[in-house]
Amino acid sequence: MNRRDAISRVALLLGGTVIGAEFFLNGCASPDKKVGASIDFTPDDIAFLDEVAETIIPETDTPGAKAAKVGAFMTVMVKDCYDETNQKIFLEGMGKLNDASKKKFEKGFMSITPEQRKELLIEIDKEMKEYNKNKKKEDGTHYFNQMKQLTLLGYFTSEEGATKALRYVPVPGRYDACIPYKKGDKAWAL
Amino acid sequence: MPGDSLNVHLNNKSISQNTYDAIVVGSGISGGWAAKELCEKGLKTLVLERGRNVEHIKDYYAGTEKHPWELPHHGKITQQDKTESPIQSKCYAYDEVSKKFFVKDSEHPYNQVKRFDWIRGYQVGGRSLLWGRQSYRWSDIDFEANAKDGFGVDWPIRYKDIAPWYSYVEKFAGINGNKDGLPQLPDGEFLPPMEMNCLEKHVAAQMKSKFKDRVMIIGRSANHTARVGDRGPCQYRNKCQQGCPFGGYFSSNSATLPAAAKTGHLTLRPNSIVLELLYDKDRKRATGVRILDAETNKTEEFYAKVIFLNASTLGTTFILLNSVSDAFPNGFGNSSGQVGHNLMDHHYGVGANGIYEGFEDQYYYGRRPNGIYIPRFRNISKATKRSDYVRGFGYQGGASRGRPGNGNGIGVELKEYLTEPGVWRMGIGSWGEHLPYYENKVTLNRNKKDKFGLPTLDIDCEFKENEMAMRKDMMASAAEILEAAGLKNVKTYDSNPAPGFCIHEMGTARMGKDPKTSVLNKFNQMHDVKNVYITDGSCMTSSACQNPSLTYMALTARACDHAVNELKKGNL
Repeated sequence: MNRRDAISRVALLLGGTVIGAEFFLNGCASPDKKVGASIDFTPDDIAFLDEVAETIIPETDTPGAKAAKVGAFMTVMVKDCYDETNQKIFLEGMGKLNDASKKKFEKGFMSITPEQRKELLIEIDKEMKEYNKNKKKEDGTHYFNQMKQLTLLGYFTSEEGATKALRYVPVPGRYDACIPYKKGDKAWAL
Repeated sequence: MPGDSLNVHLNNKSISQNTYDAIVVGSGISGGWAAKELCEKGLKTLVLERGRNVEHIKDYYAGTEKHPWELPHHGKITQQDKTESPIQSKCYAYDEVSKKFFVKDSEHPYNQVKRFDWIRGYQVGGRSLLWGRQSYRWSDIDFEANAKDGFGVDWPIRYKDIAPWYSYVEKFAGINGNKDGLPQLPDGEFLPPMEMNCLEKHVAAQMKSKFKDRVMIIGRSANHTARVGDRGPCQYRNKCQQGCPFGGYFSSNSATLPAAAKTGHLTLRPNSIVLELLYDKDRKRATGVRILDAETNKTEEFYAKVIFLNASTLGTTFILLNSVSDAFPNGFGNSSGQVGHNLMDHHYGVGANGIYEGFEDQYYYGRRPNGIYIPRFRNISKATKRSDYVRGFGYQGGASRGRPGNGNGIGVELKEYLTEPGVWRMGIGSWGEHLPYYENKVTLNRNKKDKFGLPTLDIDCEFKENEMAMRKDMMASAAEILEAAGLKNVKTYDSNPAPGFCIHEMGTARMGKDPKTSVLNKFNQMHDVKNVYITDGSCMTSSACQNPSLTYMALTARACDHAVNELKKGNL
């Protein structure tokens, strides 16, 4: 693969064209800051993030993000791959998301129904879109952008996502340049 | 002279133990070839590699066999990687598995007088494990360029001098490609070509009908589309940079070093940092090299009749500049004063991409580790002459049905949307020629030392007006091509990478006809010291716009042939 292709393929795979593009091209944001070693996530945090991820990518006839353990994956990525600025946005974002749930449904995110979760995250997704539209260079990434992108990355590169929601062929063995495609056929995982 | 005083203390036995017919410094793409050729011609050859050993296949199994979910970060890199290696980690080929083949910047400092991204792999095989594998011949348009427009000095060779050696190395290396019959990009000895996918075929056909001056061909790469000896074939995993357990692409580790070892004449010594060349000023010959053992921190000397420097452009330059004596106060074989000067890279990272509405009923299978190529079409004839810049560029690129970007919303609808392939997209990015400027240079900084206590390099290199003017055309023509082919939403980009980042550094010990203005003669032999040959990128007199490794291979094989003949004649 040539370089341009490498970059665009990663960007496409991860669905990141605006915010987080730098993150996905380079793995992490700013190289200047030290890893926030003190950052820690509890099992409750992971359970919370599992539900956020499951709302974004729910179980259908194929496994959802929770079955793919995306919550735990998110914590590893935030701990190891985010700079402190983005770690802060993510951590505060978990709080903001829960607050938004309380405000809307008078209950925390873990206590509302899957339907309510979906309703809430659709709103937050819209809010993120608006934020991105007006975002200036110096503005940070929206927390939901981080959560959504980590969910998509984690899910589609998980065993469940890659092999069940997509078609995963680790060793293709050949290249067929043009094959027929019909609507509904799954995309290749890599 | 350095070395002589030490020799006195060595008994004859240890001198003879450390004496070979030939020494090759470096085991990357050109050093591997030097090792193979010299060994096969019967010379007892010592290959000195500054990094650790990497055995073919055995040492690749540190991730490349894993599925993405078996890697802690699913292939992505960490903040720690960025802290330890802020430069290497920006490289397109750097991932959670391939990073084992990159140096840690924190361990190998250099000084950027101007920003220069120096990408390195210190191990047996060097960057041949990591390379982009694109393999293109040069033509006389390239070899005559300096003479015609006056930048740099004239190449001492022409296409006819190197053509048989291109054939020779292609047959062994295993280069896939199509015979396209283009004067600016001569055909070679190819394995079966890879195939364009349906959008690429469409764009190629559109270009043919809409442009008289430019064509699109399938890329030519060192991936083995058929078995080459015991190597390959390529399995279309597209994980080359992690090391291929199938031997699906050419590297020193897969191909040349095993061939050299098979002769019984090879001694490979990893962890051997060459500090300097030893010189006998009466005979005007190099006698050997002094190394620092990276594990024991002890120095040692090795002797040979002929020495090949293949330590990479800047690595070789370091050795030359660090080898000072009464005879060569400004660096080894540097009576011309050109060593370290005329540093070039390619300038790239500019192009365009767009989407195509159609071919929804078409897809592909496998991950082709190669793309398309649009060979140079500027300044190759009177009709294509530009008034705003000299030389030219080529495009690499490809089309794919990426997974859809910009997934809207959340939930079942998003999931379904993201599990199907998205629209067809195509992008092309350009690789442009960088002129040889004397003032683009690398020098030795004896005040700043690395962890071994060795001097470091000051790198002072930039792109200038000609490159900048070319970049405007590189961007505009990319959009023009894609729009002419019917792509929509065509967007241009210029990521403006620093010199070095294209990983095609070259030119700091250039070939030339005149010993006063060049370091090497037409056989890559030092003008000043006849038993030293340099065949890595530092020998290059100009940069052309093609990926250069194939040319290094051909020049190396040719120089080895010359060296062995000269040895036989008693001239070295």
